Amino acid sequence: MKLRPLFLAISLIFISASIFSIFRWGFRPSIDFAGGSIWEISLPSQPHSDQITQIFTSQDISLLSISTGADNYLIKFQDISQPQKNALDVAFRQLDADFGQLRFETLSPSLGKELLKKTIFSIILSSLALFLFIGRRFKDRAFGISAVLAMFHDTFILIGSFSLLGHFFGAELDTLFVTAVLTTLSASVHDTVVTFDRIRELRFKNFKTEWVSLANQAVSETLVRSVNNSMTIIFMLLSLAILGGDTTRWFAIALLVGAVLGTYSSFAVAAPLLLFLKKRKQN
Amino acid sequence: MNPNPAKTKKNILIILLLTLLCLIINIPTGVTLPLSYLPPPLKYGLDLAGGVSLTYQINTDDIDPSSLPSALEALKSNIEKRVNLFGLSEANVQTSSQADSYRLIIELPGVDDLGQAIGLIGQTAQLNFKGESSLPPEATATATFADVFSVDTDISGSHLLRSSVQVSPNTSQPEVLLEFNPEGTLLFEKATQQFLNQRIAIFLDDFPITFPVVQSVISDGRAVISGDFDSKSAKSLSAQLNAGALPLSIDLIQQQHLGATLGQQAISKGIRAGLVGLFLVCLFMVGNYGKLGLIANLGLVVYGLITLSLYRLIPVTLTFPGVVGFILSVGMAVDSNILIFERMREELRNGKEWGVAMELGFGRAWDSIKDANTCTIITALILFNPFAWTFLSSSGLVRGFAITLLLGILISLFTGVFVTRNLLRVLAKQK
Repeated sequence: MKLRPLFLAISLIFISASIFSIFRWGFRPSIDFAGGSIWEISLPSQPHSDQITQIFTSQDISLLSISTGADNYLIKFQDISQPQKNALDVAFRQLDADFGQLRFETLSPSLGKELLKKTIFSIILSSLALFLFIGRRFKDRAFGISAVLAMFHDTFILIGSFSLLGHFFGAELDTLFVTAVLTTLSASVHDTVVTFDRIRELRFKNFKTEWVSLANQAVSETLVRSVNNSMTIIFMLLSLAILGGDTTRWFAIALLVGAVLGTYSSFAVAAPLLLFLKKRKQN
Repeated sequence: MNPNPAKTKKNILIILLLTLLCLIINIPTGVTLPLSYLPPPLKYGLDLAGGVSLTYQINTDDIDPSSLPSALEALKSNIEKRVNLFGLSEANVQTSSQADSYRLIIELPGVDDLGQAIGLIGQTAQLNFKGESSLPPEATATATFADVFSVDTDISGSHLLRSSVQVSPNTSQPEVLLEFNPEGTLLFEKATQQFLNQRIAIFLDDFPITFPVVQSVISDGRAVISGDFDSKSAKSLSAQLNAGALPLSIDLIQQQHLGATLGQQAISKGIRAGLVGLFLVCLFMVGNYGKLGLIANLGLVVYGLITLSLYRLIPVTLTFPGVVGFILSVGMAVDSNILIFERMREELRNGKEWGVAMELGFGRAWDSIKDANTCTIITALILFNPFAWTFLSSSGLVRGFAITLLLGILISLFTGVFVTRNLLRVLAKQK
C-alpha cells in the first residue's frame, strides 16, 4: 500500500480527464439514441462525395456525414419516411446503375429518447442490485461502500474515455456501449470481491493485525490471479477488437477498457478506500 | 487424498458421455450418422443472417380501451398470416407496450427488399366471404380452394362489426360469434339463403381461414360458427376475423435492412477473432500453469462443446453481440481455473502434498468463485430482462449478448469446477 499516493494520482488524472472531456466535447450519440438514418451502399463507379451531397441537398434531407472505403459508402442523415427513401433509391440508381445496398436503418428521435431512459434505468437497477449483494455478502458497510465506489470509478472513467474516443476517433454511444457499461459494473465488482474475500479471510486468521498490513498481504497475494484472470479476457477482447470487424469493434474496446479498469480498481481503488474507511473508524 | 475414488470414476464417465453427446449434436454438416434424430441447426439473428426489421407505432386513439387487447392480438395475427403467406416461416412478429404507446415489431430474416416488405405489411387486411360454387364432379379432383369458393357474396371486412368467443348454451363448447353491421346483416341474410346447406368460406388476404356449412338462414346479423373448437382455436379464429374488422392504423417509426453479405463477413471475422483469442488463452494457460493449464484447456474444449450444443437445443438466436458474449465467456471460463490453480500453488508453497493442495485449492477458491460469478449473473439477468419488463430494454441485441453471457457463466461453473476437478483427481492418482 506504499503505492497509494501513486494510485490516487492516476485515478485523479483519469477522472479529471473524463470530466474535462465530457464537458468540453460531450458525446457522440449513435442513431440508437438520437434518431436518424444510417445507410451503407456500394457504388462501383466510385463517384465523388460531392455528387452524393448534391442528391441529398436536392431532396432536402439533412446530411450528417459520408465516409468512404473502397467502393463502399457509409452515409448518415436525418430520419426519413419510406417515400423519401424510394426517391433516394431512384436518384442513386441514376448516379450508378450497379448501386447496391448493404444496410439501411432509420429511426425516429422519439424512439431514441425512450431507449435512453430505459438504459439509464437498467444501470441504476444494476448498481442497486450489486450494492445490496455486496452489503449482504460482507455484512460490513465499509466493504460495500468501497466496492461500490470503485465500481462507479470504473464506470465513470469508461464513459469519460468514450467521450475522448468519440472526439478523436469517432466512437459513438449506442445500445451496445450501454451493455458494455453494465458488464463493466459486474466485472469491477467481480475483481473487488476476490481481493476483499482474501482480506476477510486474513482478518479471521489474525484479527489483531493492522488493516494496512492485512490489505498489503491480501493485495500482493491476489494480484497475480487478478491480473491473470483479466489477461485471458483481454486476449479474447483484443483479438476481437483487432480482427472482429467494424460492427463490434467499439463494443469490444469498451468491454476491454472496462475489464482493465475493473482489475486496476480492485487493488488500486477498492482496497485503499477500505483502508481509509477502516482507519477513520479506529481513530 | 481423493475422498472417494469410485465416485471420481463415475464422474469421469459422466463427463465422457456428455462430451460424446455434445460431439454428436455438433457433428459438422456433411458427416452423416446412423441416427434418426437430427440436432437442430444454429439459429442466426437478423444481424447475422441479413433481413429486414420494422417497428411501427400503433395508433390506438380510435379504439375503445376495453377492446384494445383483442385488437392488438388481431393486428398481430393478421400480420403474421400475411408474413407467412410471403413464405417466411422464420419471421418474428411481436407487439410491445411502452408506457401508453404501443409498438409492433416485425423481423423478417432473409428478406432483401425493404420496399416490398413495407408494402406487404402496410396494406389493410382484406376479409372476404365467398360461397361454394357447384363444380361438376370430374373437376373437383383438380380444383383449388379458390376454384371451389369462387362465388362472391359482396361481404367484406368492413361489414363485420366484431367477432368474439362464447360458450354454446347447448353443448357448452366454445364457438365463434360474428356480428354484422346493418348492411352486412342484409348481405349475410341473402348469402345464407343462397348457400343454405352449402359452405361459405372466409378469406383473409386470399387465404381461407374457415369454411363453415350454412345450417339456417340468418337474418339478425349474428352468426355463430360452431364445431371442433377448443378455447384456443376459437380465440385464434376470432382474432383473425377481427383482423379484417378492426384495422388499427400503424405508422412506421424504425426500419432496418441488413444485407446478408455483411452478416457473413461478420461471422467469419468473429470466428477468426475467437480462434486467435482462444489460441492465446490456451497458450497462456499452459505457459503459466503447465500440466494444470493443459487440463484447464481440456475443460475449455468441453465448455465449448456444451455451449454450442445448448445454443442449438434451447435454441439461442445468435446475434453479433451474442458472438461477443460467447467469446468473452471463453475468457471468463478459465477464470475459475486460475483462481483454483493460484490457490493450489499457495498450498504447495506451504508444503502441502500435491493431492492435498489440489483439494484445498478447489475448496477454498469456491467461495470467491461463487461470489464473483453471482455479480455477473445479476447483471446478465438485468440485461436479459427475462420477464420482459417494459421499463427495461428489450432490444434483441442486448438480450442476445446477455443470454450467451449468462449461459457462459453457468456452463463455465460446471466445466471449470466439476470437470477439471475430476480430471485432476485422475491425474493426481497417477502421480
